[in-house]
Amino acid sequence: MAKATKNNTLKLKFDSARNLAPAPESKSAAKIDPQYDLFINGKFEKPLSKKYFATINPATEEKLSMIAEANTADVNKAVVAARTAYEKTWKKMPPAERAKYIYRIARMIQERAREFAIIETLDGGKPIRESRDFDVPTAANHFFYYAGWADKLEYAFPNRRTEPLGVAGQIIPWNFPLLMAAWKIAPALACGNTVVLKPAENTSLTALKLAEIIQEADLPPGVVNIITGAGATGAAIVNHADVNKIAFTGSTEVGKIIQRAIAGTNKKATLELGGKAANIIFDDAPIDKAVEGVINGIFFNQGHVCCAGSRLYVQESVFKEVVRKLKDRLETMILGEPMDKNTDIGAINSKAQLDIINKYIKIGQQEGAEMYQPSCAIPKKGFYCRPTIFTNVAQSNRIAQEEIFGPVLAIQSFRTDDEVIEKANNSPYGLSAGVWTDKGSKIFNLTTKLRAGVIWANTFNKFDPTSPFGGYKESGFGREGGLHGLSAYINLTT
Amino acid sequence: MAKTSEKRLEVLKTYKIYIGGQFPRTESGRYYVATNSKNENLANVCLGSRKDFRDAVVAARNAFGGWSARAAFNRGQILYRIAEMLEGRKAQFIDELMKQDSTKALAESEVNLCIDRLIYYSGWCDKFQQLFSSVNPVASSHFNFSVPEPTGVVAAIAPQNDSLLGLVSVIAPIIAGGNTGIVLASATKPLCAVTFAEVLNSSDLPGGVVNILTGKVGELVPFFADHMDVNATVFCEADAATQKLIKEKASLNVKRVLLYDKVKWSTATGQSPYFIMDLQEIKTTWHPIENIGGAKAGY
Repeated sequence: MAKATKNNTLKLKFDSARNLAPAPESKSAAKIDPQYDLFINGKFEKPLSKKYFATINPATEEKLSMIAEANTADVNKAVVAARTAYEKTWKKMPPAERAKYIYRIARMIQERAREFAIIETLDGGKPIRESRDFDVPTAANHFFYYAGWADKLEYAFPNRRTEPLGVAGQIIPWNFPLLMAAWKIAPALACGNTVVLKPAENTSLTALKLAEIIQEADLPPGVVNIITGAGATGAAIVNHADVNKIAFTGSTEVGKIIQRAIAGTNKKATLELGGKAANIIFDDAPIDKAVEGVINGIFFNQGHVCCAGSRLYVQESVFKEVVRKLKDRLETMILGEPMDKNTDIGAINSKAQLDIINKYIKIGQQEGAEMYQPSCAIPKKGFYCRPTIFTNVAQSNRIAQEEIFGPVLAIQSFRTDDEVIEKANNSPYGLSAGVWTDKGSKIFNLTTKLRAGVIWANTFNKFDPTSPFGGYKESGFGREGGLHGLSAYINLTT
Repeated sequence: MAKTSEKRLEVLKTYKIYIGGQFPRTESGRYYVATNSKNENLANVCLGSRKDFRDAVVAARNAFGGWSARAAFNRGQILYRIAEMLEGRKAQFIDELMKQDSTKALAESEVNLCIDRLIYYSGWCDKFQQLFSSVNPVASSHFNFSVPEPTGVVAAIAPQNDSLLGLVSVIAPIIAGGNTGIVLASATKPLCAVTFAEVLNSSDLPGGVVNILTGKVGELVPFFADHMDVNATVFCEADAATQKLIKEKASLNVKRVLLYDKVKWSTATGQSPYFIMDLQEIKTTWHPIENIGGAKAGY
């Protein structure tokens, strides 16, 4: 792309937007204990490892709580509890009764939604507005949706009967801690499995709060076990001989390790892995709407989204206009304290992730791409990264090929439909994609040709319990959500 | 064939592999002798190589765009055409099956079952999508639907214990769902596989959609599992070590692995739309619904 030449439009001024009065959510509406144990067999138990690790608020670097670190013996305890609950209780329970337990969980999350939102934001750094309006309600809805499937499974698979798999080992990431727990636990329980779930070590708190709800909902002990720890704990779940199913959401790198680790076993797996979604703007698109979609696509949750629209392809004739409007829009974004209800971009989830993002920002510049960041101030404490866009990006640049998992957008131009389809599909990933155009036939041409599991046309980053989610190619296999999400937790018999 | 040889010399058939709609010999120049249980030599068969496999993957990948974009109805017609061609050459297949130790009655019933199975999958080509699609009632103002789409290039090792039925049972769901594939024939009973390639070649099936190799499973199986441009691997034997090897190598590019060691191909459970669905991805599409007009109209 040629360098942006003269720009005749006036530079917009956004000073007033940045000077909104603070609107902080109150920490006092949530209770965080100084220490959390492992939730095994319906009780909170001290870890056999005797070890705990700290979890911090990435926005302030203050310690929030101490979390138990499960070792192999703890994992074994949890799996034994899950197996016993499966054989003695859950498998035999009438499905309609199973459903009622899951409905209870949904209702209790709704009742305690504010507390969950606050803790999610404190522990993970995401804007309270997103925790409150997206993560928590969607998690509750997911339980509510799948609860209803429990006694209707025979309608879902024509000419087949279903049976549960047994004990499901579930490992989830730090970007949507409660929501991912819901995506994993709800369908597993509805299909009659029992669960050992491990949240990511940076963001264990809402999963442990969920454990409190599960206890309160009087779920039979052992049906859901929530154990905390880092990679070694996850590996112990994956390698446990009495686990029948591994459900993993996380990086493609770890997903491949898991797929390899269970090769010699009969464990079933679903993997929801990385992505490098193409977001495509055609010249006939409603540009302002598209720009909003691009912003939402890459800066939602600080870009810590596997399906983030991290590659933007803009048709050449509107390239300058789109880039200018994107830059203007960046100036209006409010970065800072995640607990403030006005905040658009919160804290990066961890120091380690911030380092990775900064590494890629450097790589992008070294490879010759042109970087733009808005002028917003960055809080002195905590882990923050300005929303960043790159132009002059080549398809072969690492920032256009590799998943960054942060607020970094690589922008390229294109001329023809064929060219952009080729470029969009030129990736080992295939999780999601976006298309912006006013022409219906073009939408269907593109959405059919793009090799990705979720396609957003004239919208982006939309999720719903009824809507299957999951990838093509190296973005993983299996679906979560909707009718298709049931397949992950059942065997079909004739 | 002693009877005819008194009058004229029989023309023997060269058994070659099938790649991209062509019948090349293996690039390796190697062969093995296929024999029957009486240890009679049946044919010199290509001992396929890694390079043959890679050539076949290129052919399958090139064919994928066109084949997956064919109208489902058209794919159904082509599968039907394959069945027609097989019906027409029944005698040849029965003859080959008998050379490979089958009785006449069993050979006849195997070929008949293969023809019927192709017809069965022909019918599914434009029907399974409706069964396994959904319109999803999302809570926001969007139209949202999920449909199956083919996984891509499938590398399959056909069941090794029979000559034709296993091969057909594995190929049909691959192509009915719009995938393309590379199939390794039974090493001990390869004759029908090569002849079946001739059937495919005369059935309006575009070149490259199905590629058939002959050779040794042990030699080729690692490549079927670790090639980076293959999306799924199918294996039908109950060989735990090879199953593990396939799954391990498949993890290099997150391949889908389908193990069919418990399937009884000769029964009704050897065919179902779930075999098609094993090689499908679910794609979900969202689009906003405008909420401006009509909201209060009584209709």
